[in-house]
Amino acid sequence: MKQFISFIRKEFYHIFRDRKTMLILLVMPIVQIVIFGFALTNEVKNSKFSVLDNAHDAASAALIQQLDASQYFELQSNLHSYNDISEAFKKGTIKLAVVIPEHFSDDLEHQNKAQVQLVADASDPNVANTLVNYAGAVILDYQDRITQDKKLPYTINTEIRMLYNPQLKGAYNFVPGVMAMVLLLVCTMMTAITIVKEKEMGTMEIMLVSPLKPLLIIIAKAIPYLLLSIVNIISILLLSVFVLDVPINGSIVLLMSESILFTIVSLSLGLLISTGASSQQTAMFISLVGMFLPTVMFSGFMFPVENMPKPLQIISNIVPAKWYYIIVRSVMIKGVGIEAVWKETLVLFGMMLFFLGMAFKQFKIRLA
Amino acid sequence: MGNEKVITAEQLTKRFGDFVAVDAISFEVSKGEIFGFLGANGAGKTTAMRMLCGLSLPTSGKATVAGFDVFKQNESIKKKIGYMSQKFSLYEDLTVKENIRFYGGIYGKSDSFIKEKTEKLLQQLHLTNEANALVRSLPLGWKQKLAFSVAIFHEPDIVFLDEPTGGVDPVTRREFWNMIYEASARGITVFVTTHYLDEAEYCNRVSIMVDGKIEALDTPAKLKEQYHAESMDEVFLQLARKATRSDG
Repeated sequence: MKQFISFIRKEFYHIFRDRKTMLILLVMPIVQIVIFGFALTNEVKNSKFSVLDNAHDAASAALIQQLDASQYFELQSNLHSYNDISEAFKKGTIKLAVVIPEHFSDDLEHQNKAQVQLVADASDPNVANTLVNYAGAVILDYQDRITQDKKLPYTINTEIRMLYNPQLKGAYNFVPGVMAMVLLLVCTMMTAITIVKEKEMGTMEIMLVSPLKPLLIIIAKAIPYLLLSIVNIISILLLSVFVLDVPINGSIVLLMSESILFTIVSLSLGLLISTGASSQQTAMFISLVGMFLPTVMFSGFMFPVENMPKPLQIISNIVPAKWYYIIVRSVMIKGVGIEAVWKETLVLFGMMLFFLGMAFKQFKIRLA
Repeated sequence: MGNEKVITAEQLTKRFGDFVAVDAISFEVSKGEIFGFLGANGAGKTTAMRMLCGLSLPTSGKATVAGFDVFKQNESIKKKIGYMSQKFSLYEDLTVKENIRFYGGIYGKSDSFIKEKTEKLLQQLHLTNEANALVRSLPLGWKQKLAFSVAIFHEPDIVFLDEPTGGVDPVTRREFWNMIYEASARGITVFVTTHYLDEAEYCNRVSIMVDGKIEALDTPAKLKEQYHAESMDEVFLQLARKATRSDG
């Protein structure tokens, strides 16, 4: 026990004395959450739009007012000719133009049918798509309002409810994703680097010559990172709840336990990498390319796995973060219990045993 | 120097596939002896040393260290030996005191033992003022002396030194050897590999490895007589010329 404590104390000295390590360990997770939560969101708010109003009547004014009043749009200017639209797009002052034809009110009242043209800047197709959808929804809203007291021959009202995330907030997606990414980065990369560093420095040999048991060395190396990861999990969750308004609908105990399980999976991966890598650069490279990229691509938080070709979907199954991502989303956002995520938990548990076993075996081989 | 044997090796062999790194070497080292282990790069001296330290398992042969069998009693051996490699193996981002405390700790020494001995050690090394300085800031020679002190901090029976004086100036090397003599006088057996042949003269006995075998083993004086040489340098060159293995 005495040996163990000496070792862990030393490990904390390493961490606290290296500014870069501290930055990666404790500041990066917060920065990531803030960046993903605020900057990299696919929600659109207060987009500038312009109107080419050829009607100038009561109905067109009401429609424009309704668009402007919505939180998604902000009226930038009134245009005077069709050419102004492309000018405005080129200058980049607006993302969407609304063209209202002449006799808008008349058409609406007498023919029960009027047209509005939406012109979007599709140089960014995602934004264009979102804007057109939002604008369509606002216009539909307006239509509903004016037809309320009139009887239409046939109408189907679709009532849409977005369960678990009624406001379609991006943060609901990013928070579980960032948690997976941060834990993987901290645990896998940092553990791999710190062990390889001891190999490079020659201190690993000293420890192997000492009465320290190899298993003890491995565990003592991993424990500080496990503790720091728990700090990270807590700070990410606090930020999510209090800054990004993402709720924790499920059990916090379950969420923490699953996170710790995933942390241990990542740690064992780091240990495994460290047994194979001979330099710190190699360890970092393997961790980044071999772990970080697949996590971003295959965990499902950036690109939906369901839309990928079958072979890629199969590959995604070996990425631990995918399972963790599913668990966190289920527990945090949907608020389900262990009965809904036991399969994913079992997969992570199996991965942990596999990686840990492999790492320990490799470590032993190196000794022989 | 007593007759108690603290290291014995009999036909000790290590193979890596077809390559015989250490080829049936046999020798004995007595308690308190300074035993020099010489050889060109690739002669197999590091592999032999690693087997004795329990870092590598022998392929065949027999060996005991501090009375324990290298095959079966690995863990007992580890408590009885100290080790210092050419890389000095101190943590640069830890202070002098923290390094000592860490190494004392991994050998399971009590806090009071560590505290008392640290004070004494710092005084001996004239490092009291630097106790809380990062090892990174110390000159190479000091680091080296500190590394040696740390290697024998837990009072081992035997200390293994793997090319401990690489890259330091002759004055510091001389001082370092004084520390080795002191340790030897306290009864600690010193097993040292070195490149510097003048250092071989400081050893009680010297073995010279060529191509995995021990070609010569005796006191420096007798070896010089046997090979009709003026210095250990000449002895070594005569033997090393026979080598067929290249560097590596």
